[in-house]
Amino acid sequence: MNHSPAPPPIGLAPDALPVLRERGQREVFCGLTSIVWLHRKIQDAFFLVVGSRTCAHLLQSAAGVMIFAEPRFATAIIEERDLAGLADANDELDRIVTRLLERRRDIRLLFLVGSCPSEVIKLDLGRAAARLSARFAPEVSVLHYSGSGIETTFTEGEDAALAALVPVLPREADDAAPSLMVVGALSEIVEDQLARLFAEIGIAPVHFMPARRAREMPPLGSKTRFILAQPFLAETARGLMARGAQPIAAPFPLGAEGTSLWLGAAAAAFGIAPAALSARLGASEARARAAMAPHRAILAGKHVFFFPDSQLEVPLARFLARELGMELIEVATPYLHRQHLAAELALLPPDVMLVEGQDVERQLDRCRAAKPDLVVCGLGLANPLEAEQLTTKWSIELLFTPIQGYDQAGDLAELFARPLRRRARLRI
Amino acid sequence: MQLTLWTYEGPPHIGAMRIATSLQNVHYVLHSPQGDTYADLLFTMIERREARPPITYTTFQARDLGADTAALFKNSVRDAYARFKPDLMVVGASCTAELIQDDPGGLAHALALPIPVVPLELPAYQKKENWGASESFYQIVRACARPAAAARPARPPASTEGRRPLCNILGPTALGFRHRDDLREIKALLGTLGIAIGVVAPLGAAPADLARLGEADFNVVLYPEIAHLTAQWLQRQFGQPATMTVPIGVGATRRFIAEVAALSGLAPDAPSVTAALAGSTLRLPWYSRSVDSTYLTDKRVFIFGDATHALAAARIARDELGLAVVGLGTYSREFARDFRAAAETYGVKPLITDDYLEVEREIAAAEPALVLGTQMERHIAKRLGIPCAVISAPIHVQDFPAHHAPYMGFEGANAIFDAWIQPLMMGLEEHLLTMFREDFEFHTAAPPSHLGRHVPQASPPAANTDPTRWVDEALRELAKIPFFVRGKARRNTEKFAAERGISPITLETLYDAKAHFSH
Ligand code: SF4
Repeated sequence: MNHSPAPPPIGLAPDALPVLRERGQREVFCGLTSIVWLHRKIQDAFFLVVGSRTCAHLLQSAAGVMIFAEPRFATAIIEERDLAGLADANDELDRIVTRLLERRRDIRLLFLVGSCPSEVIKLDLGRAAARLSARFAPEVSVLHYSGSGIETTFTEGEDAALAALVPVLPREADDAAPSLMVVGALSEIVEDQLARLFAEIGIAPVHFMPARRAREMPPLGSKTRFILAQPFLAETARGLMARGAQPIAAPFPLGAEGTSLWLGAAAAAFGIAPAALSARLGASEARARAAMAPHRAILAGKHVFFFPDSQLEVPLARFLARELGMELIEVATPYLHRQHLAAELALLPPDVMLVEGQDVERQLDRCRAAKPDLVVCGLGLANPLEAEQLTTKWSIELLFTPIQGYDQAGDLAELFARPLRRRARLRI
Repeated sequence: MQLTLWTYEGPPHIGAMRIATSLQNVHYVLHSPQGDTYADLLFTMIERREARPPITYTTFQARDLGADTAALFKNSVRDAYARFKPDLMVVGASCTAELIQDDPGGLAHALALPIPVVPLELPAYQKKENWGASESFYQIVRACARPAAAARPARPPASTEGRRPLCNILGPTALGFRHRDDLREIKALLGTLGIAIGVVAPLGAAPADLARLGEADFNVVLYPEIAHLTAQWLQRQFGQPATMTVPIGVGATRRFIAEVAALSGLAPDAPSVTAALAGSTLRLPWYSRSVDSTYLTDKRVFIFGDATHALAAARIARDELGLAVVGLGTYSREFARDFRAAAETYGVKPLITDDYLEVEREIAAAEPALVLGTQMERHIAKRLGIPCAVISAPIHVQDFPAHHAPYMGFEGANAIFDAWIQPLMMGLEEHLLTMFREDFEFHTAAPPSHLGRHVPQASPPAANTDPTRWVDEALRELAKIPFFVRGKARRNTEKFAAERGISPITLETLYDAKAHFSH
């Protein structure tokens, strides 16, 4: 890691960075949306949203083009008779879950997912989950969390789902050897690459959370060290710490530098000397930089503007600014978790404009006035901005594409370079 | 509660959004949580609209619930008015806001904006998207439409006044299945008939246009799901009659022309009517009579969609293509009565449901050779290895093709012929498949090449399962029958055997049954 900067002091939140806090119309998905990737990640899990027709419609619209196989999610739609008390919501839920599990005998883990309507009418999904768990044990365990839009934004749905898993992770003996838990849904290819890198630098055992199957969730104990692979997992981290696991603070594994710092933080926690580390990782890091180089040529000096969406904005901005030479006009994020982002914030240019929350109309005004070369935004805004001659990158793709680690650094850079290449290339 | 894997319709406020987005100079403030903003992508990604829909969401959060969501709503309305300066504002609640009962209409009224404000009450736990669209369109029209200067009813037919007949076109909306192209087709048809078009609504109409609705002689209702209610009101209010025929298919288009001619006071043999009926580009009738189409005769077709498109499809399938309708259903509960009556003429039990799982069961049981349905049925058909064409919303990005692709009028009929027939095997191809059924590439489970790479998962197994026993030789013969008729052959043979107490089933039984069922 000769050519990467020294890791910043970790744990010191750079409170100096000013943040614009906005409260107006938010143009973001709710936490239910995370189901679209989580249901593919945990292969024997089913997500049953208890909500309204809106929730069902959101899921199918967000998933729309991506689903080829039958989805492992569904909605129990609350109807007038449920609200009027004509039907007992718990009986209804039991009936639906029974029908569902009869149809899908491969399911081992069922999440009851709360929504705005179920929260507002105070449907107790915790009790329902306990009751159904008892009834369907040992074949199926039933957990619950809320993905409602009044409480969660987009990726926070993943946080809530993983946080619901934490209490049921198997307990590891206190005299077990220290182990590493990597937290956050990653694509299989990324997991496999990271597992190889950990093996190479001598960290073992390494577990990924969530596991691909319900029965293979990693053990947890006081000797567990965990490192977040995604920046939006605050609740999950809290739960892991409450069960005695120790956090490893780090920037996130986006880009060559991010991946080196992330692996470096893990290695340091396991007492591996930095010199030994750079000898092992130097080649991978160099390969990542080489893969990014052609995209850097396109992106360097270009101005980028982030609308708030996935909470990946701060690590992505750091990556784009430091490794690809882009200028940050505005970096907006739905929530700024200063603690989990401390290492990232320290790496941002000191004059960066950070925005927490959203007022979409005012933000659009700023965006139009700034005329950035690239706008990172959600699906609702992308085409209208393109029609106004701005170039956009839809942020949801960053959740469905493998982007973490050395061997994805080039792909990640390419995701940002492609809209610019395309615009330059079309002659119409 | 209802278990839902896929929904055929969104909630009713999505219907309201479709109306607001169709109109000009109208803004909709929806009291809703942040996640409901996903609806924007329906318009910007699926329909590829170049502008954001004219919708402001209040995006209240849990912490607002304890505080003042009503104030948040009022501020949103005030800000939206100041920013967008619409001619008319629509306000309402989504499913969650309905539960917190903030009364958007009353709150907006209290602001005393200098424009009309139409409150929409769309019960989210009872009603759905099309109902919401219909109700919203009706409420907005009621707020805008003024009587014509010349009093009506008792206005003489246009032709006797020596002026061109004038009609409105009602129903086309944003995110409507082929509405863009149907509209172009119908405008051209009305042009051929010499009929002037007053207002097209809601698509492209401003409140000022809606004010002029009363001037027309009659209304053309393209999509009853959306415009029937409004047309009824206009009839009561201004004495305007409305068309009843939806011009999908050759026969329906001809009846539509006759109906419009009558409403316009045109003689049935007037030159413009004759010209319109001639349909110089109409190809469906000849294509359907041409010999290659013989193979379509009595092919089993299962139809599911909104009421209008499903009924039109059934008529075309039976009368214009010679197919056999073996299943007919709709998710439009509002039209259940008419639908039931119509289904009787096909001798099938109408399926009226919005339960995707039920539709799936019915399709599997009917073993059709072709499914005409929505994107949902496309999923089902894919799994079952049955060809499928999409005939109705819910909408998908593929339903907004770059080229002109109407469903209505004569060009629509041509497009239907292509779209439905293309997924089926061509006539000669099917004969080859039957003759050379042991060819290693297309016997047993090989799917037709043009259906893509997927392999049907549900071709009935040729395994020897009781209670009905088959001798091995007969089973092997059964396996040679192409997969898409194998299930039917098996069932028929077993029924034949059971009725005659034959067991086990031999090669002879198989062919006796075949002979029995072929007449
Ligand atoms: S914001 Fe609430 S009501 Fe809307 S889709 Fe999400 S959970 Fe459902």
